[in-house]
Amino acid sequence: MIWSPKCVKSLQGKGDPMGQRMTARTLAARLRMNFEAAGARVVEPPYLQPAETLLDLYGEDIRARAYVTIDALRGEQMLRPDFTVPVVQMHMSDGAEPARYTYAGEVFRRQEQDEDRANEYLQVGYEVFDRADPASADAEVFALIALQLRDMPVRAATGDIGILMAAVQGLNTTDLRKSALMRHIWRPRRFRALLDQFSGRSVMPESRKKLLSTEGVLTGQMPAIGKRRPGEVDARVDALRQDAAQPPIAENELLALEALMAVRETIPYASEQMRDIAVDLPAITPALDRLEARTAAMKARGINVDALDFEASYGRTSMEYYDGFVFGFYADARPDLPVIASGGRYDALTRHLGSGAEIPAVGGVLRPDLMVRLEGTTS
Amino acid sequence: MTLKLGVPSKGRLMEKTFEWFSKRDITLTRTGSDREYAGAVHGAEGVDLVLLSAGEIPRELAAGRLHLGVTGTDLVQEKLPLWEQQVEQIAPLGFGHADLILAVPQLWIDVDTLDDLDAVAAAFRAQHGHRLRIATKYHRLVREFLTDVGVADYQLVDSQGATEGTVKNETAEMVADITSTGETLRANHLKLLADGLVLRSQATLWRSRIAKCDSAERANLTDLLERLHG
Repeated sequence: MIWSPKCVKSLQGKGDPMGQRMTARTLAARLRMNFEAAGARVVEPPYLQPAETLLDLYGEDIRARAYVTIDALRGEQMLRPDFTVPVVQMHMSDGAEPARYTYAGEVFRRQEQDEDRANEYLQVGYEVFDRADPASADAEVFALIALQLRDMPVRAATGDIGILMAAVQGLNTTDLRKSALMRHIWRPRRFRALLDQFSGRSVMPESRKKLLSTEGVLTGQMPAIGKRRPGEVDARVDALRQDAAQPPIAENELLALEALMAVRETIPYASEQMRDIAVDLPAITPALDRLEARTAAMKARGINVDALDFEASYGRTSMEYYDGFVFGFYADARPDLPVIASGGRYDALTRHLGSGAEIPAVGGVLRPDLMVRLEGTTS
Repeated sequence: MTLKLGVPSKGRLMEKTFEWFSKRDITLTRTGSDREYAGAVHGAEGVDLVLLSAGEIPRELAAGRLHLGVTGTDLVQEKLPLWEQQVEQIAPLGFGHADLILAVPQLWIDVDTLDDLDAVAAAFRAQHGHRLRIATKYHRLVREFLTDVGVADYQLVDSQGATEGTVKNETAEMVADITSTGETLRANHLKLLADGLVLRSQATLWRSRIAKCDSAERANLTDLLERLHG
């Protein structure tokens, strides 16, 4: 039997935390059952994950968000901050294709700024690894998550990191500049600073001017200490000299990229706006075609796409490994609650963790604890 | 009950703190033998002197076991994530000046700013297969600073002493450490990043916002703070 969200009301924990936890647990089990009924296999990744994988992926920032523990044999371990990474690892090592997985369990998030935010909560997820039709898989995940939230007072936001990535790749500038921008897609401030630098908008620091006024090898007089060797320093000085000779990113491309990042509309209007922008950034056209294919697939699954919000910059600050479709469901009437459900496409993550292999993948997670709290206030 | 004042238990920091209080007619002394960490307060009503490591004072203030404490801004901000809610700054004491800075080898003539550092971190990782290592004992402050400015592809390695030597020993590529004059840095062939100042620190008198006071203690505290400000 597919569970209906209306049942949440009959499960209400009457405001007491223990009761709410039990309710969230029951709800999580039911949601996982729904995902199983949709064709997913149940998986149960371990609580402890090797820290090295997560540090490699997220960098040192993850230490502020995940609990680290240690033992003498295995070294640093992290209490899982999410399920996606272990599920991808599991699939890449021995999964058959195509595959659909579901899971339910606690994730752990270290909190250093706000005591009121949960450091342990349930997630229920649905992940699809399928080469056949990415647009259809995107729509499948979104529609299935939306179905679990139907009748709840939530608003969906969507975006597509792939369009921004295509725009950067299509700029008429050097590969070095493009890869620097690509590396910081998820750090909007640094992305902005790089863009200003490459378009000649920011003033070059005196130290750089001085360095560029030199010629030849400069490392000779310095004591060569450290693992970064003089050859690496000289190579970067050369690269900086070559970069200084390159023209800035053209004004029309820069304006188009800025206009693209600011797009925030319902999907049909957003699509139209971005087609206009594609006149100056033709490289985004295939990504826009994919957006339209996805929109058609969502429509076919009964999603009202005409009313669905699209933000071209959505997901850039919080969703590091997503590189295509991204989405989140928010309770606008409850600004105190974090995102109720979220997800997206993470093809690059499978490449990163797949040691050579890769597969298109998309997934999403729900937070049953928030669903219970949300129903508690509206019923 | 009495108010508890925490002061660093040894060295220049302790002596300078004693001097600072004596200028305000409050005499702090160590009692007993040289090795015993006991102390006495003369010239202020109902105050106990607690001698302990400067590094432990932030934690004790946050736990409410000290009403007042002297320690560096760096230690308070490193150890107390919500320090503004846990302690109140009463007075900077004018000594123990130290800056938490980022320093790289002088050899890195291509690196002067955080922009450079970020670019080099990416290239270093591609070349060497691991993230660029920064030796420090100020993990949280350095991480928050680098997150805020958007530097990626680095890793923090713990160094509790002789941090400047880690680069030569190749256990780190650069350091984040406290410096007052920069002499140790130069002696170890390191240089400051132009925009790599993480925090300016000095010895500071803090009041715990957590520690409980009865009415007599509160009166003594108000009286003491008035005298210290004056």
